[in-house]
Amino acid sequence: MRGGRAAGVRLAGGEEIKARVVVSNLDVRRTFLETVAPKHLPPEFLAQVRRFKIRGSSGKLNIALDGLPHFPAIPHGSPCTRGDMHVTDTIDMLERAYDDWKEGRWSRAPYIDMLIPSQIDPTMAPNGKHYMSVFVQYCPYKLADGEWTPQKRQAFGDTVIDTIARHSPDFKDLILHAEIRTPHEIEAEVGLTEGNIFQGELTFDQLLFNRPIPGYAQYRAPVRGMYMCGASTHPGGGVMGAPGANAASAILRDLRLAQST
Amino acid sequence: MTAAGTPRYDCIVVGGGHNGLVCAAYLARGGRSVLVLEAAGQVGGAAVTREFAPGFQVSACAHLLHLMPGALMRELGLSAQGLKLAAQHLPTTALSGDGAHLSLAPAGLAQRLPADAVAYGEWQALGQRLAAALHPVLTDAPPRLGTGSWRARASLLRLGWRIRRLGRCDMRELLRIGGMNVQDLLDERFESPLLKGALAVDAVLGTNLGPRSPGTVLTLLYRMAAAGGAEALAQPAGGLGALSTALAGAATAAGAQIRTQAPVARILVSADRASGVVLASGEEIAADVVVSSADPKTTFLGLLGSEHLDAGFTRRVAQLRTGGLAAKLHLALERLPQFPDLDRQALRGRLLIAPSPQYIERAFNHAKYGEFSAAPMLEITVPTLADPTLAPPGKHVLSAIVQYAPYSLRSGWQAQRQSFTDLAIDTIGAFAPDLRDCLHSAQLLTPPDIEREFRIAGGHWHHAELALDQFFLVRPVPGAAQYQGPVAGLYLCGAGCHPGGGVMGVAGRNAARQVLREAA
Ligand SMILES: Cc1cc2nc3c(=O)[nH]c(=O)nc-3n(C[C@H](O)[C@H](O)[C@H](O)COP(=O)(O)OP(=O)(O)OC[C@H]3O[C@@H](n4cnc5c(N)ncnc54)[C@H](O)[C@@H]3O)c2cc1C
Ligand SMILES: Cc1cc2nc3c(=O)[nH]c(=O)nc-3n(C[C@H](O)[C@H](O)[C@H](O)COP(=O)(O)OP(=O)(O)OC[C@H]3O[C@@H](n4cnc5c(N)ncnc54)[C@H](O)[C@@H]3O)c2cc1C
Repeated sequence: MRGGRAAGVRLAGGEEIKARVVVSNLDVRRTFLETVAPKHLPPEFLAQVRRFKIRGSSGKLNIALDGLPHFPAIPHGSPCTRGDMHVTDTIDMLERAYDDWKEGRWSRAPYIDMLIPSQIDPTMAPNGKHYMSVFVQYCPYKLADGEWTPQKRQAFGDTVIDTIARHSPDFKDLILHAEIRTPHEIEAEVGLTEGNIFQGELTFDQLLFNRPIPGYAQYRAPVRGMYMCGASTHPGGGVMGAPGANAASAILRDLRLAQST
Repeated sequence: MTAAGTPRYDCIVVGGGHNGLVCAAYLARGGRSVLVLEAAGQVGGAAVTREFAPGFQVSACAHLLHLMPGALMRELGLSAQGLKLAAQHLPTTALSGDGAHLSLAPAGLAQRLPADAVAYGEWQALGQRLAAALHPVLTDAPPRLGTGSWRARASLLRLGWRIRRLGRCDMRELLRIGGMNVQDLLDERFESPLLKGALAVDAVLGTNLGPRSPGTVLTLLYRMAAAGGAEALAQPAGGLGALSTALAGAATAAGAQIRTQAPVARILVSADRASGVVLASGEEIAADVVVSSADPKTTFLGLLGSEHLDAGFTRRVAQLRTGGLAAKLHLALERLPQFPDLDRQALRGRLLIAPSPQYIERAFNHAKYGEFSAAPMLEITVPTLADPTLAPPGKHVLSAIVQYAPYSLRSGWQAQRQSFTDLAIDTIGAFAPDLRDCLHSAQLLTPPDIEREFRIAGGHWHHAELALDQFFLVRPVPGAAQYQGPVAGLYLCGAGCHPGGGVMGVAGRNAARQVLREAA
């Protein structure tokens, strides 16, 4: 910060880099609670950032397989196994899975969205072996019965693996390695606060003109020269690129205006 | 009267619930000849006083009066019609398992929960500002979109202007919280689970929603707007039935006729217009306009018949969510049970068993799967404290709304009635250890009972669920949101219309205005 506007960044290593404009791809909580000193921000704005809802609810398993698992319910040779496979059973099951999240535990019967991309792109696994990507809901960031532990993480993973195995008898035997990711690891490794996959919940109070903060939905931070471009901003998360593109136009417009005056 | 002597009316009102009576009164005051046809033996619909055990009377569905606009009550001269309030400004107390009950009165709060008391004051002030901006929305027919009518446009502009006039801060807050769930809102503002539970009750009472369901801030704001922002809970002397009697008096005084035990079997249509009704007895009565206070499914699919409706409209009506979740428990008591940690003043008021939003959410979870709550949420009153005439001398009545009791119970109400009754009694008994010893008899009204006894399809508090897709511009369904259905001359005036249920009378008044404006 210099003269009331953003003037660049300092890296963790101490290196300083100057710039006219700083754009943050981090979620709004990290951006304003961790990279800008509070004294530069309006207190009402900070209060709203603190209450920005960013509760994690998803987990992920990355599984290395010794071969292609067999799903008896899917006819042999069907293209279905090459695509996205869901374990969703019924609406009631999804609702009960969510009830578990509300109680601060992972779903005992989780909703699963899985894919074996190495069938389409063999470069993702050694010859004859496969990689399976498993997206799981619900998995809370905070557990009601205390902190996450490696044992609990394993138990969560086992729940997911058992669920898949119910649909594929040879699945468990093919597992070479399973990487289990709860919202905690997602936060630590990817930098998504609380492991929320959209950098903030997509509820009405955080959508459209309310995203990320009412009054600050135009990608401009309350600090001159500073912008936001991550999934925390409109139109939100998913690998979409729209927040980035929208932010770039806002910045270019401001730079042109600054130039012409 | 026509020349031949067969009576013919300007308006027939089907159903003498409070909305039907309000509508009839305003129509009669507008110079129309009006006949109200009520199927039951008494008027009032879900706002009636009934004997439920020998000598014991109770407000059978609705038991607290807090939504009817004072202006409406004055306009209709209800006090001149004999309406008296046995109690008003009743306090609300949130019951706590450890006996540390919480009064929501400002003084009680400030003492117990200083931080929450400040937050509560701020929330009430904000709520009142928002409610004042939204209140006018309730008092007129919703605008009809896509018609280009100047009335509709003006009405929408007025709404936009009122919201804008709130100022930037309040407007932003309204647009932020309007679509939220009440649990998130309460978590932002308050600490005490007990206080949060009590406030969440107002958002979910009578609905198929839990505190985490989307739209529950809207239902809460709505209730605040309807109550004029000030939660003044009142109890009419003689129960809610006395209110209905006074409304009937006002309608009659204005010239309306009322017939009870006159169930309407069909609404007649000739030349694509409603032309009268046929009673179950076969009697035909002609009218220029038919206004129904029966719920929309009963009105359109039962009384009118889908042969007069297009398929899309029929489907929308058939798909209305109308399954009720509120049961009513009535206890006849030989004497007043001891609530050890409650003073008399609190006991006269409204007692809530909803110790946290999570408690309510868990109660709601069961309803999603067709079960009743293992630990239900209750709103309790002991009306005989303010009005001893409801019971034999020295005896008492307890009236409670018990949620959630889904209309379609998976195991069937027949088999479960007694266990749910016992569960509800024991839930109250946890706060009044001698309750069972005082018990003379108990009555439980489940949503199917309410459907049968009050002729509300689904037995729902609001006739049709109060949720965003059945709200305001599209209530009860698109194409009938201005109190008028697709058949000319047929109007709606009950809780199924904007602004919904509760003993408010506003739907009846808005509908009457619409009839007087359109069917000149
Ligand atoms: C398990 C999971 C599965 C998902 N599945 C899908 C899917 O199938 N399809 C889909 O469309 N979306 C999916 N998503 C959502 C999607 O991945 C995200 O919404 C999207 O990637 C967010 O992109 P972003 O660029 O806004 O933010 P991010 O991808 O979070 O980028 C922020 C970047 O900032 C970096 N960073 C953080 N702090 C600092 C700092 N102080 N200094 C420097 N750099 C920092 C981070 O390391 C990160 O690289 C999934 C998300 C998860 C977690
Ligand atoms: C358990 C419960 C508790 C409640 N508690 C409260 C409360 O404490 N406070 C509050 O404000 N609200 C409460 N409500 C909501 C409130 O009672 C209703 O929303 C309101 O009474 C509805 O009024 P209405 O006039 O629109 O319809 P109704 O009261 O349902 O009136 C419709 C009338 O039409 C009649 N009818 C139907 N079909 C025919 C026919 N074919 N021919 C002739 N007549 C017919 C019916 O008999 C009935 O009299 C409660 C509701 C329930 C279910």
